[in-house]
Order: sequence, then C-alpha cells, then structure tokens
Amino acid sequence: MKITLKLFASLTDWLPPEARRENQVALDYDSAPTVSEVIERFALPPKSVHLVLVNGAFITPDMRSNHRLADGDVLAIWPPIAGG
Amino acid sequence: MAWAGKILRVNLTDGTVKSEALNMQWARDYIGSRGLGSKYLVEEVDAKVDPLSPENKIIWATGPLTGTMASTGGRYTVITKSPLTGAIACSNSGGYWGAELKMAGWDMIIFEGKSPKPVYLYVNDDVAELRDAAHLWGKSVFQTEEIIKKTHQDPLMRISSIGKAGENQVLFAAVVNDLHRAAGRSGVGAVAGSKNLKAIAVRGTKGVGNIRDPKAFMQVTFEKKKILAENAVTGQGLPAYGTQVLMNVINEVGALPTRNHRDVQFEGAKDISAEAMKTPRKTDGKTHLVTNQACFGCTIACGRISKIDETHFTVVNKPEYWGASGGLEYEAAWALGAANGVNDLECLQYVNVLCNEEGIDPISFGATVGAVMELYELGVLTKEQIGIEAPFGSAKALAFLAEETVNGRGFGKEIGQGAKRLTAKYGRPELAMHSKGQEFPAYDGRAIQGIGLAYATSNRGGCHLRGYTIASEVLGIPVKTDPTESEGKPELVKAFQDATAAFDSSGLCIFTSFAWSLPDLAPQLAAACDDGYTTEELAKIGERIWNMERDFNNRAGFTAKDDTLPKRLLEEACKTGPSKGKVNELAKMLPKYYEVRGWNPDGTLKPETRARLGL
Repeated sequence: MKITLKLFASLTDWLPPEARRENQVALDYDSAPTVSEVIERFALPPKSVHLVLVNGAFITPDMRSNHRLADGDVLAIWPPIAGG
Repeated sequence: MAWAGKILRVNLTDGTVKSEALNMQWARDYIGSRGLGSKYLVEEVDAKVDPLSPENKIIWATGPLTGTMASTGGRYTVITKSPLTGAIACSNSGGYWGAELKMAGWDMIIFEGKSPKPVYLYVNDDVAELRDAAHLWGKSVFQTEEIIKKTHQDPLMRISSIGKAGENQVLFAAVVNDLHRAAGRSGVGAVAGSKNLKAIAVRGTKGVGNIRDPKAFMQVTFEKKKILAENAVTGQGLPAYGTQVLMNVINEVGALPTRNHRDVQFEGAKDISAEAMKTPRKTDGKTHLVTNQACFGCTIACGRISKIDETHFTVVNKPEYWGASGGLEYEAAWALGAANGVNDLECLQYVNVLCNEEGIDPISFGATVGAVMELYELGVLTKEQIGIEAPFGSAKALAFLAEETVNGRGFGKEIGQGAKRLTAKYGRPELAMHSKGQEFPAYDGRAIQGIGLAYATSNRGGCHLRGYTIASEVLGIPVKTDPTESEGKPELVKAFQDATAAFDSSGLCIFTSFAWSLPDLAPQLAAACDDGYTTEELAKIGERIWNMERDFNNRAGFTAKDDTLPKRLLEEACKTGPSKGKVNELAKMLPKYYEVRGWNPDGTLKPETRARLGL
C-alpha cells in the first residue's frame, strides 16, 4: 500500500533532500501503519509533532497510535505554528 | 497610569489644532486604542453620517501599553465610519508610528471636518501643526515618507499616510506607516483622502512614563516575554515562517477559498507558501524571503521582508522594485493568489508592494479581482471592458488590474468600489464574497463553521481578526475544536470576539494571544494603569466594546438581516477535502449566538445587556 507523507515548516528538514522542494514523499508499506509508526520511522522530534492531519482531518495525540492509515491516505504534520 | 492623558483635536475645516484632556472615565472603561477610540467616535458622530462627508470623523488611537516595554507594544488603530461597509471601522497597525505618537505625549488624534486643501499634521512632542501638503498630493506612501523626512531633516520621524488610492477614495484604501505596515481594512484611507488629509508625521522624544507601578510592570512584562519566547508558536514558528505558514495548513484542511470561493483547495498553494518563500528560486538561486522583521517592542518578529526576482515580468524594467520590501503575509498571499487561482509568487509580491506603495487593502483588492475573474469566465465581463483577458490564474491580469486600481485608471476605478458594488453593477451580486460589504479573508466559512459565524457577525464586516476562531478550530489554541461542527461555536465566537476587543484596546498585538490569554494581559494593564484590571474585568470590557460597536451599527441601519453570508457559503457545498458536502450552518448558530450575546431576535441589545455592560 502507498501513503503520502507531507512534512512542513521546520519538519521539512526530516524529509529526504530530494523531497523537500515539494514537502512530500511517497511511502510503501506492506501493511497499514499507524500514524505513530510513520512518525517513528522518520524520527520526528516529539515536540515538533503538533498538528497531525490525515486527509485533512485532525488526529488527536491519543489517537496517533491507534489510527491506521489506508492505501492512498495523505498524512501531513506541522510543528506548532500559527498565523492570521 | 500609562495613558498620556492628552489628545489632539484637529479641525480640518478651520485649520485648528487643540490639546484636550483625555476623558479618564472613558479610558478606564474602554482601555484605549480600539475601545477608547471607538467610544469617542460613537459619542461624537451620528451613526447615519455619510462616511466620506466632512461630518464623519477619523481617529488615530494608541493604547495604554503602546510605547511601553510590554512586548508588541507598538500598535495603534484608525477608527472611523467605513465607506466600504457603512459600519464602524477600526483598523489596527504595527510598525513604529504608534509608539512614536505616544512618546510625543499623545494618546490619540481626532480629525474632524474637511480641509479646503491637502494638508499633513506635523507633531514634534508638544508642537502640533497642520502643514501644506500640495507637494505631496499625488505621491505614493513611499515618496511621502521620504519627502517629509527630508523636509524636516529628521530620518527618525515616523509617518502614517495615504497613497494615491486614499486620495482617489478607493473604498478599501489603507493608511500605511513605516512603508509596509498598514491599518489596512475597511477603507480608512479613503476617509482620510476625503478630508484632504495626506499624512501624520510624528517625532516623539519624551518616552512613556506615568506607569502606575514601574517595578511591578518591569517584573510582569519580563515574565510575559519569557512565556512568548518559550512558546513554540510565538518563540519559533512565527519568527521563522511568519503567518504564511498557514497556506499549506489551510489548504490541507480544505478551507482555502480558491477562485472566488468556487473551490476550497488550491493546487498551487505549495508554490505561494512560506516554504516556497524559503526555497531557492530556479532563476537566480536566491530565496524570495530575505529576513523576518519586528515591529516596535515586539519579541515575536513575524514580519516578512522579501525580494522579487529581478527577471520577473512584473519588474524586469523597474529597478525601483528590486529592493527588499514587506511581504508576503498569509492574508495577502491568499487574496492575491488562491482567491484568483494565481500561483506566481513573484507576481504576488509585486502586487503586494503596489498595495503598500499606494495604500490599498490586498484582501479586499484580491477578493474583488476574484469576483472580476469569475464574471469574466461567465462572459458577463469582456476583455474590452476589463482591459485585459482575465481568466482565473492569470498573473498578468492580476498585475495589470493592481496597477490600474492603485493609479485610478480604467477598470481599476470599478475594482476600487469593492466586490459588493462591482458585482451588483453587473447584475450578479451573489458572486461577491463578503459580509456587510467587506470581502472575506483567507478561511472558508463552510469548512470552518465558527469562522463563518465570526464573519457574519463581525462588526466591521467580513474579517478574521474580530474573532480568530481558527486558533481553536484548526490550530488547537487554546483547545482544539472540530471545524466541521457548528455546535458550541456561538459560545466560542463570542469568547474570541470579546477577548480580542480587550487585547486590541491595550495597544498590544493580538498575536500574543497564541501564547497568552486574558490572565496574562490583565497584570500588565494592572501594573501600568489601574489595579482594577482583572481578568474578569477585561472580559467584561471586551464585551462592552463589542456591544458598543454593535449598537453603533444598529443605529447606522444594520439589522439581523445583515448578519449573513453569501448564498455560495450557505448553499453550495465544499467540493473536496474533509468538509466535502458541507455548507455553513449559520441558521443553526445565529439564534444561539444572539442568546449568549444577550440580544433580541432582531439583533438589537436587550435593556438588561445594556445595563449589565454600562452602555
């Protein structure tokens, strides 16, 4: 199965260099990973994993280890940010 | 007590400038800036006044913490009755001008009447005089700043002025200070232009004294700055990426209004995002973003300073635009970009600089161009009428229309009337994305229910800064709420609206509220001004200010029928994203909102609400 991981702002640096311009990388998995498993695979610093969206929907921190991704899902993560 | 205790009253008709004692009871009850300036306006101006007539007044107001050592204490507001909406207008700006006025010893300046010829107000501490501005009329904001500073041989002077757009009374003309900070919304610049008021030049050398308890103030402002520095948003996210970091966030959640709100996701969002601004260009290997920048006393420094690619078609023969200048911030990038389907970052920055240079609001301008492009695609407007082919996505049309609008030429004159009037003229009023005549900012009210209610009930028309529920509904500040859910949003909107009114009135920046809440603001105001400023008191004052503004609008002729959204947001569902199939559930939220506000079903204040708030 394939999922798309998008990392933004300071988390861009955790993407492979060739993926940073687009802020995203395609990932292959044999079985559906949880959100936490993807986060661990990229060794994202816990304090920087703040806003986590799957297909644009918010995943609460306590759901990250339970929420399994499906084929074609888009997982997007930001550090603490804001704007106006 | 942090207030200077003095205001300037300038009668432009008579050419007189008088010093007047600040009404200290009003100061205590409305704090300053937005609240106090609005109190003066509603007491002195008939709500039914023609906004562009001499009978309207326009007020530049600081808050008690403006110019102090409190973080972000550089804010001021421009308050008047808006020519764009007919409602109360209060536009907030940063930079250095507000602190300079305070250091000259003045809390606010009230302008009344109309000057028979162009003038600017010169303020140098206690000296305040009207000066001839014939040589400045027709000049841009950038030129005006330079000429005034040279005239007075004082490079440290701070200037708040209008460009040609304000002179031409473009209905969304801004007041701009320090080159690229603006009281941008609601057409306050047009009111200044209608009065032949070009600029206010200020030099203040007195500092801000009169702090109620200086030792306590130093201690508490130090503690609160530490909170801002240690908070990941205000200490790291905003200085590094600015507000523009939201472009990809809002697109991902399916709430990025695109092509005049036809869509809620923009395929070109990544090309105009904060990340794109920090990515080296293919043309010259340089990044668009040069540095961040702080306003007076700010320890956050979210401002963006960028340079346009010198080979870009917009500036290739215009070296005057090759230097570093302000932008892009999220709202401008959205309005000039996604709202029109334009993903050309360099073009957006060029147009943004034009907006600063001649003083127009990029939100209302960009949103109006979005309506024009939709009318063009529908065949209602033609190339001959507009002056250029203007399909969605055309950077050339965007740049052309910006030049026409700021210079008051051709079809730009029609764009300068705003989306509501323009679409009505061509028989398609439903295509104006606005509330009370003011164009929406960068969040879709269908995908984010609370912000839709905030737009519908905003006292200055479509606006995110009157109740920024995005903080909660998207960013989880202070707590995460579900953006697709309308339940509980009336209470959330009211809480944000009231707290924001208190922050805005203090003289500090609302961006501190990403790390602070009213319990952080209260001890700073208490130490500076009055120990009665508790958290509870600030919440009550915020609510008082909101209701005072509402009451003015009601007297101006607004009713419950004006608390609404365009048909597109109420009936045309989101096509993509997590809110696919959703419209804004305003009809479900509005009655509850009126109930928690203490208003009658017709949107007027109940007598007990007036009594409770001292109105």
